Amino acid sequence: MDIVDLSRLQFAFTAMIHFLFVPLTLGMAFLLAIMESVYVMTGKTIYRDMTKFWGKLFGINFALGVTTGIAMEFQFGTNWSYYSHYVGDIFGAPLAIEALMAFFLESTLIGLFFFGWDRLSKEKHLAVTWLMALASNLSALWILVANGWMQHPVGSVFNIDTMRMELTSFSEVIFNPVAQVKFVHTVSAGYVTGAVFVLAISSWYLLKGRDLPFARRSFAIASAFGLASALSVIVLGDESGYELGDVQKVKLAAVEAEWHTHPAPAAFTVFGLPNEQTQTTDYALKIPAVLGLIATRSVTEEVAGLSELKEKHLERIIRGQEAYVLMTQYRAGDKSPATINRFNEVSADLGYGMLLTAYTDDVANATAEHIAQAVEDSIPKVWPLFWSFRIMVACGVSMLVLFAAAFWHSAKRTVDKPRWLLKFALFSLPLPWIACEAGWFVAEYGRQPWAIGEILPTHLAVSQLSVSDIWFSLGAIVVLYTIFVIIEMWLMTKYARLGPSALHTGKYDLESPANVKEA
Amino acid sequence: MDYEALRFIWWLLIGVLLIGFVVTDGFDMGVAALLKVLGKNNDERRVMINAIAPHWDGNQVWLITAGGALFAAWPTVYAASFSGFYIALMLTLFALFLRPIGFEYRAKIDSETWRSRWDWALTAGSAIPALIFGVAFGNLLQGVPFYFDDILRLHYTGSFWALLNPFALLAGILSLLMILNHGATYLQLKTEAELKARSENLSAVLALVCSAIFVLAGVWLFLAVDGYSVTSLIDTNGANRTTDKTVLISAGAWFSNYARWPLLWLAPVLGVAGFVACAMASKTQRHITAFISSSLAIAMVVLTAGVSMFPFVMPSSSTPAHSLTMWDATASESTLMIMFVVACIFVPLILAYTAWSYFVMRGRLNEQHIRDNSHSLY
Repeated sequence: MDIVDLSRLQFAFTAMIHFLFVPLTLGMAFLLAIMESVYVMTGKTIYRDMTKFWGKLFGINFALGVTTGIAMEFQFGTNWSYYSHYVGDIFGAPLAIEALMAFFLESTLIGLFFFGWDRLSKEKHLAVTWLMALASNLSALWILVANGWMQHPVGSVFNIDTMRMELTSFSEVIFNPVAQVKFVHTVSAGYVTGAVFVLAISSWYLLKGRDLPFARRSFAIASAFGLASALSVIVLGDESGYELGDVQKVKLAAVEAEWHTHPAPAAFTVFGLPNEQTQTTDYALKIPAVLGLIATRSVTEEVAGLSELKEKHLERIIRGQEAYVLMTQYRAGDKSPATINRFNEVSADLGYGMLLTAYTDDVANATAEHIAQAVEDSIPKVWPLFWSFRIMVACGVSMLVLFAAAFWHSAKRTVDKPRWLLKFALFSLPLPWIACEAGWFVAEYGRQPWAIGEILPTHLAVSQLSVSDIWFSLGAIVVLYTIFVIIEMWLMTKYARLGPSALHTGKYDLESPANVKEA
Repeated sequence: MDYEALRFIWWLLIGVLLIGFVVTDGFDMGVAALLKVLGKNNDERRVMINAIAPHWDGNQVWLITAGGALFAAWPTVYAASFSGFYIALMLTLFALFLRPIGFEYRAKIDSETWRSRWDWALTAGSAIPALIFGVAFGNLLQGVPFYFDDILRLHYTGSFWALLNPFALLAGILSLLMILNHGATYLQLKTEAELKARSENLSAVLALVCSAIFVLAGVWLFLAVDGYSVTSLIDTNGANRTTDKTVLISAGAWFSNYARWPLLWLAPVLGVAGFVACAMASKTQRHITAFISSSLAIAMVVLTAGVSMFPFVMPSSSTPAHSLTMWDATASESTLMIMFVVACIFVPLILAYTAWSYFVMRGRLNEQHIRDNSHSLY
């Protein structure tokens, strides 16, 4: 493996491990705020105990979120230094704002959330919890503004003198439609994660007949919060689909295995086996018109297929080759108006020209084969995207059904929930994580071969490190993260099993052996 | 406001964020690194940990913010320093990994072995970054080997082992000891009885050692470390021309700023005075004075390094013309402006709610308090 593969592997690994903890933080923070609000409004201490107990689990999760988060911020500089130089002028700003506006607040208040119970009035502590929840969501906003810009870079222009992208409109970067739909879809996914987590563990207590009042109340809050979140994650995911059809046509076509442009409205492939060789999908089960409706909100517009997109890429690579050559001439000292004018005409395709640097150092004399190879690699592999997208949707729909049933039984105020429902909830525990990871994979793998969409290819974005340096860091990270995740899951299981008895209030089942036997 | 002024402001702001990091996260790193030194039993160590428990997370965001601000305001510096110091940065990162989980998980299992392992993790997780940051500054003062190619890709040609040279190690030791001292002054404010007495005694000695090393490093810098100066004209208002300048390496160049603006001598002088005052205040049990003097001293150490190198932030020893300065390695004017406005709004807010959180959690901790709240504290 070369430095590009290794750097990608390291980033993917650290990002996906980080993303095991983030969604739960986003969701749990609001659930804690809701539970504590009920406590402050009703004065019933069981809701305070709920906030404290679920807060303990929240803390175990949060610690690893912080640990793995530091790695994310460092890595752009350590492993993606050309990226950092090339787009730092735009990309760095949302990251810095995230720290100043959100992460500072979240991290300062989390200390008061855990240790301020006896030092703050009820209302002040509640305010701390709500602000902590809002701050964690604000963090997500700025991170997704940065990520949205990688997918769909707006509000910026290439500066040939400084050899980088520079900001032209910050409001375009913030109100980037891709960033906005990503934000709402991602935080909703976080809420679903938090809700499934609470619902599944509460269901386990109910199945065991333990801490029933505590578990029933937790179940009720999680089912209501989860139903609303699951609905919004699906509706907003559909909105993402529309946004993709608009600005990320390649990703959409790959996710849908849309090999060729078909007459509008396009059909949606529910299931099939994408075949890269024949550029077809075998055994495809299609629903007419649905993809057209999702992606274009019309029945008359076409959804571009991969082969047609590749033809466009060929044109852009050829123009980009010229842009790259002119850029090199200009930087070598040829500042004649002819060079500058022609460069400005073709500079929008400079990124496509850069794709050629993966195959030859001499871009000016790239052969037809090099160009053909670049065109071929200008779209990501289809089957991983096709499948991970369908896994995400299947998990999402399954969780929607779960929450609908759970909410129905909560709303009916059935004291004893049916056991199938409780088991369904318990076994749904891994689903939100599978869905989140699959969704993240679709978004980021679907961006390839670009680090910054149509601007900077991934292979150019890396730091010029040695292979052994990255093997060392990757190896160490894999070992450390594995140990951390094992410890985290072990503690999480231990405390989930203990349940509210972990608070040592003397009121819960495991604290008095007699009660356990009765139950 | 013009580009030149914004560039200068951002040099100051990066300095403020770095100082914010060493002054706040510095003491919690110091406390954690002293766990096995000052804490004689589990209850004492829990007092130490819970003295910083509500604050370490917020404090650490100064580091995250400094990193983010470096990315936004000096993208090329961020790219060059983080990738150039790759192995050192990775080791820092691995050490930093241990802190959040160390704090959060240590008290979750009632076992002496479990706790002892996390104590070592917290010690390493806090001491190693302090050491490495000092070593990094020691290397920046000597220049590090890198150059840019024709599309401004950075190539670092040094090795990790070359970073561990005598001057840099001295800087690393200074960084570590001043962080330890800072932690001890914080413990003077937050603990009682024996733990407090031990912290006082430690600071009374450690602060003097710090001042001696700081002076020694200054003399060494003057006698044996060549400085850098820009000999061509930099257009401080124009676009970055990072690789188009001429740079001279000469003995004593790091002292030229002091010759030009003698008032700058205040920074190193206050640094030494701060350490001495800290030692005296610790000895005479004036705890607030000790903590403030220590904060002043470490802020001045950072400032001294920055002022000596100004306008350089990352000199290149192999290709001096490619050295990064705060005039020609910055973000664009609009990004600097936006980030300046954001900082003006949020830094005061951060200071306000941080101060409030310290106010809420004010007061000293003792072992009885730990035992009474055993299940809710760290």
